[in-house]
Amino acid sequence: MNILKFLESFANEDLMQSKGSRRDSFGQFGQLGKKLALAAVPFGLASLSTSAYAADISPTPSTPIGALQLALVLEYLEKEFYQKALDSGVIPASENGGRDLKVFQQISQHENSHVSFLIAGLGGTASANFVPKPTFDFTVGGAFSPFTDYPTFLALAQAFEDTGVRAYKGQAGNLISTPDLLTAALQIHSVEARHASEVRRLRGLKGWITGSERGAGMPAATQAVYDGEELTLQAGYNTAALFGAAAGSESYDEPLTTAQAVAIANLFIV
Amino acid sequence: MKNVVKDQEVKPSFTNRRNFLKISGLTVVGTGLLLAGCSDDDNPDDSKSQLPGVRNGVFDLGGGDFGVLTYAYALEQLEADFYTKVVNASGFTTTFNAQEQVLLTDLYRHEVIHREFFKTALTAALPNPSTQLLPNLAFDYGALNFSNRSQVLATAKALEDTGVAAYNGAGKLITNPDYLLLAGKIVSVEARHASAIRSLLNPNSKDFAGDDVVNVTTGLDVAKKPSEILVVAGGFITTNFTAKYLP
Repeated sequence: MNILKFLESFANEDLMQSKGSRRDSFGQFGQLGKKLALAAVPFGLASLSTSAYAADISPTPSTPIGALQLALVLEYLEKEFYQKALDSGVIPASENGGRDLKVFQQISQHENSHVSFLIAGLGGTASANFVPKPTFDFTVGGAFSPFTDYPTFLALAQAFEDTGVRAYKGQAGNLISTPDLLTAALQIHSVEARHASEVRRLRGLKGWITGSERGAGMPAATQAVYDGEELTLQAGYNTAALFGAAAGSESYDEPLTTAQAVAIANLFIV
Repeated sequence: MKNVVKDQEVKPSFTNRRNFLKISGLTVVGTGLLLAGCSDDDNPDDSKSQLPGVRNGVFDLGGGDFGVLTYAYALEQLEADFYTKVVNASGFTTTFNAQEQVLLTDLYRHEVIHREFFKTALTAALPNPSTQLLPNLAFDYGALNFSNRSQVLATAKALEDTGVAAYNGAGKLITNPDYLLLAGKIVSVEARHASAIRSLLNPNSKDFAGDDVVNVTTGLDVAKKPSEILVVAGGFITTNFTAKYLP
């Protein structure tokens, strides 16, 4: 997969010496060696070097406004990702009897709606709480080619949707004091989960996450999206007791912290 | 003006239940015995302190966080019972192909785990679980033929969509952030289920997140109050219970 090539590129001395702000940030891993870099580089790497990039977003505050701002950034990312994919023609119209194109047209429409809804929720574009759309690079400096390589597009779509589910879940507590906003966030959260299930199934996976498995064909770089999903202890109940750890972990989706979600988004923000 | 709490049995709204059954493609014998709840909007503080338990001979789900968790426990009992019957039906391995059997077995396991989770968590958290834990409910699916693929999948779709709408609507009733997170961990799995079932029913389509459940303008999924959910889901529950202290 291209993400693996991407990681390898940073373990390659020649490339590490090339110019480019994001690549510079990975340069520090040169000391660690290729093997370690491959093992250790998750999306969350961006958190190690946040201060190096003026464009990177910072973790949003643990408030209702902060929750909506983080949600908006993630929705901006998804909206632009799907729009570019639809514009590029990377999604084959004939795939699975037209299923894939129908699926991503529907998902794209939902993400567009979520962006508009969240901007309105923050008080509109003139509001002090409004956050503008960052500049995204879904190729991450040319390492990915989601808009020319369909499997790469599908892999990133799965990662973004599963990230969205976990990120919204992580913000629920920040919205507990604002019931209407909490309800709206939950209503988006379950739509992201519907999306995630369908994209996973398009890729031949189950619609739910087993253990911390990112699933067949997913680049190692996406592992940060799945770490922590293996939990089988819920409020003192062992969910593995009846049918084993796989079913137990599948039965519950786990949250991402604000910092974890921001770190994933920042990998694609330039 | 404060609403008067109703004690008498009320038949589930035929219109709403008919809509639910229309979705699931079923006809059902009219044995729904749910007692309608009453909005506590005018008196939330009193309602929130009401613990689950028997009142006037009938179990009430209670109010506040325990009421919401008990409500969720009731819905998970329904889902778990349904899929238990699905996977144990004599025609299971011939009614469904191999992929569908795997999927439905996953759903069976997930819902049983959810049910047992709520039973364990509520037993640990309730002050007096011996009287406050919701008993095992009984269910009746009427004319549903568990060897009929389209009937089973249509009912599964209705149950999963109902679960999503129920958790989405109940979130704001929860005051303890730990309980809210637990509900959030479960609802997204219900939404993954709903999507997969919808995809099985209509594979080459946008039904996995169809316009019938996701608002085309806002992109928001359905959220419903407990009283809206129970009046339809109650059509399958034959055990008497009330929900006087949930909105």
